[in-house]
Amino acid sequence: MTEDLLLRVENLTTDLVTRVEGGERALRVCDGVGFEIRRGETLALLGESGCGKSMTALSLMRLLPLSGRIVSGSVRLDGTDLLALPEREMRRVRGGRMGMIFQEPQTSLNPVLTVGQQIAEAVKIHEGRAKASTPARVVELLRAVGIPDPARRAGEYPHQLSGGMKQRVMIAMALAGDPQLLIADEPTTALDVTIQAQVLRLLKGLQRETGMAVLLITHDLGVVAETADRLAVMYAGQIVEQANCDDFFAGPAHPYSRKLMESVPTAEKRAGELAVIPGRVPPLDRSFGGCRFAERCFREMEHCATTVPGWFRAGPEHRVRCLLWADGQPSFEPATAQAASPANTQTAGEALVHVDALQVHFPIQRGLFKRTVGHVKAVDGVDLVLRAGQTLALVGESGCGKTTVGKGILQLERPTGGSVRYDGADLARIGAGRMRRYRKDLQIIFQDPFASMNPRMLVGDIVGEGLQALGIERGRGARRRRVAELLDQVGIGEQAMERYPHEFSGGQRQRICIARALAVSPKVIVCDEPTSALDVSVQAQILNLLKQLQRDLGISYLFITHDISVVSYLAHEVAVMYLGRIVERGTTTEVLEDPRHPYTKALLSAVPVIDTEQRRSIIRLDGDMPSPAQPPAGCHFHPRCPEALPECAKAYPEQTRLSDTRTVRCIRVS
Amino acid sequence: MPVILLTDALIFLLIAVAIGFGVYAARHEHLRGPWRSVGRSPVGIAALVVIAFYVAIGLLDSLHFHPRLDAPTPAEPVQQEAAPENGAPDPGPRYSTQVLSVLDLWLTPLRERDEKTFSAPFATHLFVKEAIEQPDGSTVRDYPRLTHGGAHLKNPANRTADIVLRTLLGLVKGLMAWTLILAALTWWLARRRGETFNDCARAIWSGRTQVPWRVGLITLALMTVLGFVAAELAVKYHILGTDKVGEDVFYQSLKSIRTGLVIGTLTTLVMLPAAIILGIMAGYFRGLTDDIIQYLYTTLSSIPGVLLIAAAILMLQVYMTNNAESFESLVERADLRLLFLCLILGITSWTGLCRLLRGESLKLRESDYVQAASALGVRHSTVIARHILPNVLHIVMITVVLDFSGLVLAEAVLSYVNIGVDPTMNSWGNMINSARLELAREPIVWWSLAAAFVFMFTLVLAANLFADVVRDAFDPRLRSLR
Repeated sequence: MTEDLLLRVENLTTDLVTRVEGGERALRVCDGVGFEIRRGETLALLGESGCGKSMTALSLMRLLPLSGRIVSGSVRLDGTDLLALPEREMRRVRGGRMGMIFQEPQTSLNPVLTVGQQIAEAVKIHEGRAKASTPARVVELLRAVGIPDPARRAGEYPHQLSGGMKQRVMIAMALAGDPQLLIADEPTTALDVTIQAQVLRLLKGLQRETGMAVLLITHDLGVVAETADRLAVMYAGQIVEQANCDDFFAGPAHPYSRKLMESVPTAEKRAGELAVIPGRVPPLDRSFGGCRFAERCFREMEHCATTVPGWFRAGPEHRVRCLLWADGQPSFEPATAQAASPANTQTAGEALVHVDALQVHFPIQRGLFKRTVGHVKAVDGVDLVLRAGQTLALVGESGCGKTTVGKGILQLERPTGGSVRYDGADLARIGAGRMRRYRKDLQIIFQDPFASMNPRMLVGDIVGEGLQALGIERGRGARRRRVAELLDQVGIGEQAMERYPHEFSGGQRQRICIARALAVSPKVIVCDEPTSALDVSVQAQILNLLKQLQRDLGISYLFITHDISVVSYLAHEVAVMYLGRIVERGTTTEVLEDPRHPYTKALLSAVPVIDTEQRRSIIRLDGDMPSPAQPPAGCHFHPRCPEALPECAKAYPEQTRLSDTRTVRCIRVS
Repeated sequence: MPVILLTDALIFLLIAVAIGFGVYAARHEHLRGPWRSVGRSPVGIAALVVIAFYVAIGLLDSLHFHPRLDAPTPAEPVQQEAAPENGAPDPGPRYSTQVLSVLDLWLTPLRERDEKTFSAPFATHLFVKEAIEQPDGSTVRDYPRLTHGGAHLKNPANRTADIVLRTLLGLVKGLMAWTLILAALTWWLARRRGETFNDCARAIWSGRTQVPWRVGLITLALMTVLGFVAAELAVKYHILGTDKVGEDVFYQSLKSIRTGLVIGTLTTLVMLPAAIILGIMAGYFRGLTDDIIQYLYTTLSSIPGVLLIAAAILMLQVYMTNNAESFESLVERADLRLLFLCLILGITSWTGLCRLLRGESLKLRESDYVQAASALGVRHSTVIARHILPNVLHIVMITVVLDFSGLVLAEAVLSYVNIGVDPTMNSWGNMINSARLELAREPIVWWSLAAAFVFMFTLVLAANLFADVVRDAFDPRLRSLR
């Protein structure tokens, strides 16, 4: 077994040193990390943000930021000790024997060089071949990563390519040196599910052909389950569990891994609350006397805080750093949904907001006199009904216009057509002055909790802004009392009032944003991907909070998301959007169990799932979503549709009503 | 009798604004933090000390009054200033139409001791030969003794020894004054930090304090000693020589400080409201508002600035000649011209900041928190005041400090082409302009130019260093690098 060992990392310890007043402060981002990767194998490094996954990868490549230093440990790649190599030699290893791809393909490519030039650079450095053969090799690499018409694409600039295409180019560059090991740092996090499926499949295929090993860094359990052979779970700079994927998903041994699995939202957990991990990852600037997870652990024992756990065997290839395993196998109660409330009553509430044929077109202006030469049809005729106390999920890939629908309903973008009827008024037609009356009832929560609060304002003022602006609480004292109450309601506590947003973590900030929206007691909240910037365990806390608020206050949500697992957990109804139009609508069970539109089918099949038995065969979607400025004639989806007929190109299909709650727009459904 | 010139009033307004802003900044962590890091940078502190000297002189020069005519010596009008307030029962003292400043009063020895024409620094004799009548009645063409510079010396050959002696005396006085300041500061710090005097002094001297007091004190020592030595020597010599009409160049240089500071600061004060309001409006409201404001500033910035300034100054000159009776004194005329120059410089220079602010506001209006505010029904004016303005303030601050030195230099250039400040007003630009012709002389008259250069250079260098520190402290992109 040793001969097929490719990379062995032992006791790798890395510090990030920051200068603070009166000295230095060291963050131990990796503490005694050790793992092995065999040839041709995929090892997944799993963990939440701030656990030191990326720092581990950068330590392997010796690409740490200036303040980082490797304190101890060894990294042996095929017998060579990488940490002992001089920088000159190390440069040959980087991109040669070890390639790396990053999360953000947008920023990893130089915008002023063509794609071909950038790949050629990588080729020239790492291959001792004749210069003349470089262009041929570039085309060969582009073809290997599945880019159609590679010769032409090589001459294009990064901005002419879509996000998925750019990630492919990055992979091509990493492949230029024929690496033995490819380090992929969250390679698909910035991509849509259908594109993610394409990229993951590509990586698998390349691995099969070239026999390289992959170190996949991710926070997504689904991606791990679908692509990795083995995995290592990281927590607070340490690896806490290592196992075969099959063993792991059959029964995670570490309480942290267990909670992580349980906090993933699924349809089965609908009835109850999601498991949450209380607290947050401890700061890494102190030394730990015991288990790092002890204070957040649901199975904490007395000696956990004082004894540093070693490795225990939980199976033939399953090791765990937890004292529970010191005396044989502990028993975990099976993850049952805590049935806190009876299953959601499916009685349809009364309709609160009617959206009819909503259109939001942005003019494209050119020239000196700003002549309008066309329109970006971000939203092009959307019908929705929001019911009181229910959640409608709006699902689609990025760029399909789902956020614009949300903003159009709130009149943050003025609709160019259609109507939004609420409480007897058409919000799309009334002026800004009259709209203020309805502002109180319609609120919004944004995706990025870091950008959605003014960094120069105190939390108390942020939450109280609506109360003040709409004249709900005019007195300062009364307003402060109400703000304190709201902050308690979302679980932050009133002492937060006198602090600034940057003092809070992502999840806490999202709670503050929820408090701000709740302040004016709205009837409808548009949730624009409120959890997609958060870690799984934090996402579970926010979803629980949203669900509880709905139960207590009867708020309706328009939940805009691309994450199908959240939809299945939270939503009552689902609308699937493609290129500015809704292609399929129905209750959550109807749509997710039995998708009828080919796009919905493809979308659902591309979602990585943990449970191997539920896995469907992925429906391959070619290419990317067309531009909403020039949608294809006929059905917008037909150029990518695997089931397309010649008639599809002729006219946009009429709505087919399948049941009271269900409509599909596809000519194959009737 | 106190006189408040237009620029004086604006300077006081500026000080009030600065104090108000200081109080505001002290209560907001996002502003206090960066300023604190400015205070902790050694370069920033050193530059600040130098600037403080300039500002002190400029402020002294901004307190104007009419001296009393029957005053026996001009050294006393300070006490008499309050006199006219209590409505005089007696015929009341008569006041000269001349306008003087507190600095003039302080520098009376320098101001009043004019020579005939050029004399070199520390000279005892005039720079040009004259016919001197000997006691015996014959005339000789020679360099005559100066009436004031070095007049106390019986034998001009003893000059070097006298200068060394006076320098040492100034050095000692300066060090004594500095020691007093040092002791007062240490005592104050020790009280604030709850340490003993000795511990605190040791902390300062080994550089262990958060604010680099040591650097500040060394700069202060340098400046105080220089100041005292200059004061000691200037009483007896023209330390930077005299100009064509025999005026002391050192005095001119000191008087020019106010002009430079006024141009550097009032111009920004004039342009700030326009730049901030229009820039934010253009970015926030977009559409037609944006178009109008953009056309306005693109048009303005495509007119050559010098042309606009020349036209405005010439128009003002015509106006002033036609309405000569409405100006009480030459000083007032010169002051109006200075103010006008500030205005016109402000009008030509607001476009840059406006453009920056428009871009930033365009970005901010799309930010989630502005969207959230509009979803909450917050009015536009409130959104601008509460969300946009505080988030562009760092840009304003960086621009103001960066522009300052550019404007000081611009004054010199404009005076050189005769469209700067009034020729009767002391300014570095005028000094350079008048020295220009003398550069062709043999032997060369270099001191006017050199003096203006040294004074301007010190101010601009200090301002630039300070601006760099401020920019580093406020630039969000650099903040993460530290």
